Amino acid sequence: MIAEQSHITDIKTPDRSQESSFGKKIKKSIRIKERIIKYFFAVNGAMALVFIILIFVFLFKEGFKALEHIGFLDFIYLDQVQADGSVKRVYEWYPTSAEARYSLVPLILGTLLTAIPGTIISTIFGVAAGIYLSEVANPKLKEFLKPMIELFAGIPTVVLGFIMLAVGASFFNDLLNPVNRLNAFIASLGLSFVIIPIIASLTEDALHSIPNDLRMASYGLGATKWQTIRHVILPAAFSGVSASIILGFGRAIGETMIVLMASGNAANITANIFESVRTMTATIAAEMGEVSQGSDHYYALFFIGIVLFTITFFLNLIAEIVISKMRKKNTF
Amino acid sequence: MEQLKQKHKDVQGIIFINLIRLLFLVLVIILLLLLGKIVVEGSGILSLEFVFDSPRNNMTKGGIGPAIFGTIAVTFIMILFAVPLGVFSAIYLNEYAKDTFFTRVIRTSINNLAGVPSIVFGLFGLGFFILFIGRNIDDVLETGLLFGQPALLWASATLAVLVLPIVIVSTLEALNSVPKTHRDASYGLGATKWQTIKHVVLPQARPGILTGTILAISRGAGETAPILFLGAAFFLPNLPVVDLCIGDYCIPMINPTEQFMYLAYHIFILATQSSNPTKTLPIQYGSTLVLIALTFLLNITAILFRYRFRKILGRL
Repeated sequence: MIAEQSHITDIKTPDRSQESSFGKKIKKSIRIKERIIKYFFAVNGAMALVFIILIFVFLFKEGFKALEHIGFLDFIYLDQVQADGSVKRVYEWYPTSAEARYSLVPLILGTLLTAIPGTIISTIFGVAAGIYLSEVANPKLKEFLKPMIELFAGIPTVVLGFIMLAVGASFFNDLLNPVNRLNAFIASLGLSFVIIPIIASLTEDALHSIPNDLRMASYGLGATKWQTIRHVILPAAFSGVSASIILGFGRAIGETMIVLMASGNAANITANIFESVRTMTATIAAEMGEVSQGSDHYYALFFIGIVLFTITFFLNLIAEIVISKMRKKNTF
Repeated sequence: MEQLKQKHKDVQGIIFINLIRLLFLVLVIILLLLLGKIVVEGSGILSLEFVFDSPRNNMTKGGIGPAIFGTIAVTFIMILFAVPLGVFSAIYLNEYAKDTFFTRVIRTSINNLAGVPSIVFGLFGLGFFILFIGRNIDDVLETGLLFGQPALLWASATLAVLVLPIVIVSTLEALNSVPKTHRDASYGLGATKWQTIKHVVLPQARPGILTGTILAISRGAGETAPILFLGAAFFLPNLPVVDLCIGDYCIPMINPTEQFMYLAYHIFILATQSSNPTKTLPIQYGSTLVLIALTFLLNITAILFRYRFRKILGRL
């Protein structure tokens, strides 16, 4: 479409400029001006790309110094010499102790222990909400409910963290009697508030983009509404729905404030969802303010940033590939 | 037999569809309870005094005035960075660029920029804006340590990068919805590309661009993680304001090199580092209510704007 337009102007401009020499002069200055404007916009257009590259460069510039100072294996474990001379392999994050320990294992486990349950809860509610909005709710109600979902997606995460800390933790402390009052479960519930709207609205988009012909054909064959949803709509929208779950998972891994406030922030190695954990994001948020610039600890935090950036970057990329494949498939 | 099977399957359908309805209802109820709790607990303390007053007595009394001022100042400067950049970027992508490998890479980066964790933006702001740009400005201007430390300017710049995808995507949608026939009519009258964009496309896309701007402000005002170590302060006795004097005439200006209080950060600090949690709790709920009200108001405005915008364009 755009190519076509510039083609039209390209043909017309030389035609007119031959009318008089005066016209030609104006046209030339205008053409130069147009070209300058075009390059101005092109420079701005590349900004998103420039910033992605800058984030990459500056994260890696600081983070890779961690590898010089600390060493790659130290990010996984440390062989600690005990008092009796034996060697004990520890997986701990204790960057401020005399013998600093920089194992990312507890942090990665903590991240997964909040992000995976959060994504599972959000998938159940989010996909259900998406199906409800697209297939079940009547169109008038939908017109009201869809902006509502958008509205809830806009709740600042610090508010959700505060609510989980002040209300949610006490409620579940009485109900479930967890090991720690603030734990991975509380954090994952808080995360669901962020991810459910994402999964719901993307699922709704995916279901909505399924052509109506498919529904009509299914009904024509005598299928009920549920049979149509279960056997026609959901399989057709499968890639879109999975992309929304991947994006939600990426968001759960990158979320900071909720886990910082509600997960308890103890770097335990545990598979118990009712224990306190410490995530990668919360570690950066909690420790960056107090660390001295240029210390090993400082570079280690940037290294965590690299890990986070890489994970979420690839999750986003996968989701985008899945979505673009879906778009190609769905253009009937 | 056939009919029996059919009936059996219908029962399954009724169960599942009602289960979906139930899940949605539970979701709505939980969200309303959450909002209700904030409104009930927060509205008690809410008054004009609370909104404009400074915190007093170790945050157990007084209001959130400086935090609101800081939020407005930061988002204002953020918009100055993000909107021109985002709008120009979208104009290039929608009006000038052809579908090449380069533009596809740009579109992918926009999506990926939107997916970068907010805390990573904080690291980026520290590494790039403060340590690289700020320190270099200090070296060149020989100002001592002025720009090369956490400050309002760098928090705004970092948030601007964070909200850039929001501005770009909204503007792209707005530009895309301007009918091609209008552009053709403009070209037909002999207008150049830039004249067409300036006089035909942009005026029609203005509501869409405004929607993106409002959404960006709402997102920026709610973010906490990126500004944690970019100059957000626990408590400041003075507002980050400086008198800009030209001759004898002085006007107060936002001081971009100072630290600032921030509403979202204020909630975080009160929730986690309060010296007296029972006494600060009402203030905390009050701040939360103000922040929620602010973001909801902005988002509702944006949604209504977009709704009307789509309706108008639908009529064309």
